[in-house]
Amino acid sequence: MSSKPVVAIVVFPGSNDDRDAAWALGALGADPVLVWHAEAKLSPDTGAVVLPGGFSYGDYLRAGAIASLAPAMGAVRRFAAAGGPVLGICNGFQVLCEARLLPGALRPNRQLEFVCRDASVRVETADTLFTRRCEPGQELVIPVKHGDGAWYADEGTLMQLAARGQIVLRYTEDVNGSLGNVAGIVNDAGNVMGLMPHPEHAVDPLLGSADGALLLAALVEAAAEHVLAAA
Amino acid sequence: MKATVLVRPKQGILDPQGEAVQGSLRKLGFDVSNVRVGRVIDLELDEDGSEARARVERMCAELLANPLIESFEIHLETGQ
Repeated sequence: MSSKPVVAIVVFPGSNDDRDAAWALGALGADPVLVWHAEAKLSPDTGAVVLPGGFSYGDYLRAGAIASLAPAMGAVRRFAAAGGPVLGICNGFQVLCEARLLPGALRPNRQLEFVCRDASVRVETADTLFTRRCEPGQELVIPVKHGDGAWYADEGTLMQLAARGQIVLRYTEDVNGSLGNVAGIVNDAGNVMGLMPHPEHAVDPLLGSADGALLLAALVEAAAEHVLAAA
Repeated sequence: MKATVLVRPKQGILDPQGEAVQGSLRKLGFDVSNVRVGRVIDLELDEDGSEARARVERMCAELLANPLIESFEIHLETGQ
């Protein structure tokens, strides 16, 4: 068995941040493996799954809607049900919401413009697999680039998520009309997270910020733990 | 049988696209008080009648509309 935990990155038609995610995760000590969306299984040594950014199926119908039905998503669903860590980035977040693995939905940005810039997000809870390398309240600078990033849920869901500590990241300003400035959430079990900002684009100071590495290194660590637990 | 599904942003959900269209209509001199933009999906099915409706309802629930943010309306083409 390789000492590096395998992180599966699901590639849909129209994904475009899969290789960036692979590069970043590789640099942080993982063994990244690209998995084509038509695959119905994940390798048994998979320690974590990343659903990458992009425009799967050209965002037809609704962003993430068609990808959420891909054969690989059946495998991701089983992996998540077994407690495996899953991180959805941007389009991956949209896919997780459409797959109902995360609550809410991502809608077109309030300003109807594509946003592409560094965003500042506040860590609302460091008590998750994904943010445990951060301090609560810490501000991270991570780029966003999306047209459909306004997260929406009904009032009751929002309050419940906030009460249970499932709102993980909030923008420090209104970036896209997202309800409560939500930038990232985690599921009730704590092993599935989605976020609109792109941590894989912020893993080296040369790129403007290395804050994304805090989240991805935590994911690599969680992947190693999952492999050990499953062994 | 032919079926048409109308998908709309749910009532109470902000529709920035509708607002932008409303703004442009106003610039053209059309004073409309509200605009909402949805989607039309035309389908052709083998089934007829209530069977067709049941199938299209399932399609809406499973893919064509997201019940969190969208409502849908099904129209079946009747009589030929």
